[in-house]
Amino acid sequence: MKRYSAFAVAREAFRHHTGWERAWRSPEPKSHYDVIIIGAGGHGLATAYYLGKNHGIKNVAVLEKGWLGGGNTGRNTTIIRSNYLQDPSAAIYEKARSLYEDLSQDLNYNIMFSPRGVMMLAQTEHEIRGYQRTAHANTLQGVATEFISPKRVKELCPIIDISGPRYPVLGALWQPRGGTARHDAVAWGYARACSDMGMDIIQKCEVTAIKQEGGRVTGVETTKGAIGCNKMGIVVAGNSGQAAEMAGFRLPIESVPLQALVSEPIKPCMDVVVMANTVHGYLSQSDKGEMVIGGGTDGHNAYTQRGSFHHVEETVRALIETFPMISRLKMLRQWGGIVDITGDRSPILSTTPLDGCFINCGWGTGGFKAIPGSGFGMAQLMATGHSPLTEQFGLNRFREGRFIDESVAAGVAH
Amino acid sequence: MLILTCPNCGEAKDETELHAGGEAHLKRFGPGSSDADFEAYLFERENPKGVHFERWHCAPGCGKWFHAARCTMTNEVFGTYSAQTTEPPENIKDAITAKRPGWHWRQFS
Repeated sequence: MKRYSAFAVAREAFRHHTGWERAWRSPEPKSHYDVIIIGAGGHGLATAYYLGKNHGIKNVAVLEKGWLGGGNTGRNTTIIRSNYLQDPSAAIYEKARSLYEDLSQDLNYNIMFSPRGVMMLAQTEHEIRGYQRTAHANTLQGVATEFISPKRVKELCPIIDISGPRYPVLGALWQPRGGTARHDAVAWGYARACSDMGMDIIQKCEVTAIKQEGGRVTGVETTKGAIGCNKMGIVVAGNSGQAAEMAGFRLPIESVPLQALVSEPIKPCMDVVVMANTVHGYLSQSDKGEMVIGGGTDGHNAYTQRGSFHHVEETVRALIETFPMISRLKMLRQWGGIVDITGDRSPILSTTPLDGCFINCGWGTGGFKAIPGSGFGMAQLMATGHSPLTEQFGLNRFREGRFIDESVAAGVAH
Repeated sequence: MLILTCPNCGEAKDETELHAGGEAHLKRFGPGSSDADFEAYLFERENPKGVHFERWHCAPGCGKWFHAARCTMTNEVFGTYSAQTTEPPENIKDAITAKRPGWHWRQFS
């Protein structure tokens, strides 16, 4: 693989850009791999990358039924933060956030990480107490956050109306090193690095059955034929239930659509990410100038990838009260992704009842921010059988009543 | 917009006038049951890609619960029926079979 650099840009400029290589190969599947990862989204590719980089396991195939990064990796609102309340969550999300800091250098691919700061508005007395508690917890966990005053909120983000009639801004939880990254680039960067290590990324290859012998996984049937493996990782987000059914176990997961929308591009007007959980909407401005708006999940299961229309109205109505200046904006696009939600709103990174088969799912509404940490921990779990990052996120926590309860901690989809 | 007809009051309701109540026909396991049964009852869900049976609450309407059969891939509604049942009635199953031959959902297909 030729490295990307300022020199490479100059060199190609002199030869009409004829020397750029494809970022990753598109090989046909081999008959057997050491490890098969199902799902070439951010989490799956990151898992493959750290298997190779940290554990030297490079005979890996990443199978994708659609196209690379075409699921939730390409559908989220690109927010990165780690201001969680529970210790296991803070550990894995902060690991992810810290890996994002130099991921562009690590992958030699510009993922456009922008630590512009994330602000979670407190708009009720309960939220003030909740976020102060989170700020104290984050101090103990080594996550840099602070609780800031309404005056500071207004300084950091002048377009907020802090004296809103129903929900005035009473303060905010501020994480200065949170921010955004280019979501597609994260998948592309990992894919390029995986391909460079000799891993096979096989797109348009749907897994139709998972084969097992004596309680141990032996391979998969796919639309491109049978492929054998020693170990398998299922990293398929909203489709986890289907994959688990093929592998012969059930999951504590339900799949629902989560929506987002973007406006027409406007001049730069906010350089932080703002989340308003009481009114339930979040807002940031992309590098192109579009206002990126995250909305709510549907109450009922669906795989429609579009979501119920009334959520758009609820989200926009809520945001207009806090950001009056966006009331005349036209919305360009609206879409949905299928998120896999667990009972305690925390992910599952775990061994499964099927030997050799591991699962990474349940990231629900907040998976993008976790991609590097999730891949790092999942790779460690798959290679060594144990990872301090993932040990609290096992499937067995539901039977044991050992929840990592972020649904109560956040009070909202995250 | 998803529109469901409440079988209790007979009104066709938008989803904004209803409250989704999750998977229907869960069998309750309480004290004295095995850990595996209790865990499955509390947490494990069918989460099908296709035919689904689910509970809805006619919240600002008649205030009663009912069940609906719906496709989670298309949001096509096959029918709604009383919540006072332990399995979907035959006419609902027939309506599903007519449109989704070979469907399966736990032991009811």
